[in-house]
Amino acid sequence: MRNRDTLALAAGALRVQSRRTLLIVLATAIGVAAVLLLTALGDGARHYVIDEFSSLGTRLIVIIPGRNETVGGPPPLLGETPRSLTLADAAAAARHPLIGRVAPVMIGEAPVSTPSGLEREVMILGSTNEIIGLRHLELAQGRGLPAIPPDRAAPACVLGDKLKRELFGTGPALGSWVRIGDRRFRVVGLFAPVGTSLGDNLDDLAIIPVASAQQIFDREALFRILTEPRGTVDIDAAAEALKQVIAARHEGEQDVTVITQDSVLKTFDRILTVLTLAVAGISAISLFVAGILVMNVMLVAVAQRRAEIGLLKALGATLADIRNLFLLEAVLLCLGGGAAGTIVGYGGTLLVRVLYPKFPAAVPAWGLAAGLATAFVAGLVFGVGPARRAARLDPVEALAKR
Amino acid sequence: MAGDASDLIALAGVSRVFDLGGQQVRAVDGVDLGIGRGEYVSIMGPSGSGKSTLLNLIALLDRPTSGRYALDGQDVTALSDDALADLRRHAIGFVFQFFHLVPRLTAAENVELPMTLAGIAPAERKPRVAAALDAFGLADRANHRPQELSGGQRQRVAIARATVMRPLLVLADEPTGNLDSASGAQVVELLETLWREQGVTLLVVTHDRDLGARARRRIRIVDGRIAEDTGPAHA
Repeated sequence: MRNRDTLALAAGALRVQSRRTLLIVLATAIGVAAVLLLTALGDGARHYVIDEFSSLGTRLIVIIPGRNETVGGPPPLLGETPRSLTLADAAAAARHPLIGRVAPVMIGEAPVSTPSGLEREVMILGSTNEIIGLRHLELAQGRGLPAIPPDRAAPACVLGDKLKRELFGTGPALGSWVRIGDRRFRVVGLFAPVGTSLGDNLDDLAIIPVASAQQIFDREALFRILTEPRGTVDIDAAAEALKQVIAARHEGEQDVTVITQDSVLKTFDRILTVLTLAVAGISAISLFVAGILVMNVMLVAVAQRRAEIGLLKALGATLADIRNLFLLEAVLLCLGGGAAGTIVGYGGTLLVRVLYPKFPAAVPAWGLAAGLATAFVAGLVFGVGPARRAARLDPVEALAKR
Repeated sequence: MAGDASDLIALAGVSRVFDLGGQQVRAVDGVDLGIGRGEYVSIMGPSGSGKSTLLNLIALLDRPTSGRYALDGQDVTALSDDALADLRRHAIGFVFQFFHLVPRLTAAENVELPMTLAGIAPAERKPRVAAALDAFGLADRANHRPQELSGGQRQRVAIARATVMRPLLVLADEPTGNLDSASGAQVVELLETLWREQGVTLLVVTHDRDLGARARRRIRIVDGRIAEDTGPAHA
């Protein structure tokens, strides 16, 4: 039998039972659409997180005091930090040829008050002006911290957007004096609102020179050092250089943890990819449910068309002819569902993008391939049984019954 | 009488045993039969006599439990399913009591079906279908579906389908069993014309005495054995 004739006969049989065909196509379409939509959402989430991280600068390298094998955990507490990070460490890092900008960071809470008597406990970040570039912060008004050596204190501060509004309302803040702890600082700059970025509320803090922070908190040790490779230097090479620089200053001991933003990003990328795959896998189960439906429908079709099968055999159809006819019907059903599901899936993705423009939902190529392949395989796998049953029918019995 | 090599159909000691719930039923019991090319044979017998089973064996739809069957000189008892399908396609045409037209296909498509199964090119199929429909007075019914046709028209479509592959042998199983007498007579006339003018071998299974009596050679089956055979007519 010619392939085109097999196709025409199979398609004709489906057309006659249009309602049943529609139902099966619908079931398969829902499965395929689910796979596409969920992979689009999962992949969108992955892109969203990666974009967020990238906005921080993927070349950021963070030095944390204390040896810490796992990335991202808190530094060890009492007694486990043999040597603290110091401004001298930061200066040594800045002198290394592979290293670009360096910002020592010190963090604490202190009461901040205005001349008008408003007072709040606020997160105080002691650093240098380099932190603005390293963390991609933007100034709305004024300038950054004064360009002075890191070990010199200066009575200057830059306020986050929320803190400024709470202390000064809508009035002018630039040039005013605020009291932080027991010292007075002049407001030299205001940050543009940025919102929450990875847990730090950058709108609700004040940045002051690191030496001033050391005085207020009466502490030498740094919270961490932020840095980046110089120019196009490889991140891992720069991170390795930093480890050696600090180790050399700490009597050869590796007592700091160096985290590259890049490695954090890759970890997130991996986790979200696996999550997307898992979600896609779960939605593919619905395709197998549709496949079982296809099998049921095909078994009914074989039972109802016994006489036709018997006739085809009497007219000289081979086992393969009959099997191919019924298998093709099942596959056509699933492919029809796949096509309809693709339209619905892409439509849904488009809708998500219209409703949430910031969320980069898009069906990845592998999602489309996986959805259609699963539909096709479901048609084959669940169509084989009924098709073989049809092919094996005894023509004498099949023709005998009316 | 046993068949010999020159016969179209040659059965030798053919039996077909069914196992019905542990009980062995010999539906066809050691039949020897030879039917030559161009014969017109009727097979008659009461219900359950085994005549349908014998027809199914001759039609290659069923295999004998024992005995040998040669069709056109070729031993078919040992052939594979696909080889049998190929023989059915090219050598045998069927006419059934219940027509067995595919309801979703038009008259023309039903007639075309054997050629479709045989893998004949569409360009060759179309004129042959048109010629067949024309020959059986169905040209104006080509695009009608079976449910839009009368019983007689349906059986004519079935005969057109049975003969479009130009088979050696046409097997008709109660061809008039589901028709009124006028349509039945017309159908019989058509079948006999095929036998007379195109030289096909015509084998009719029936329990209609009048129809059976028209055949040149009449075989009666009782309890799976040939009870009476008028023998080939040497006219």
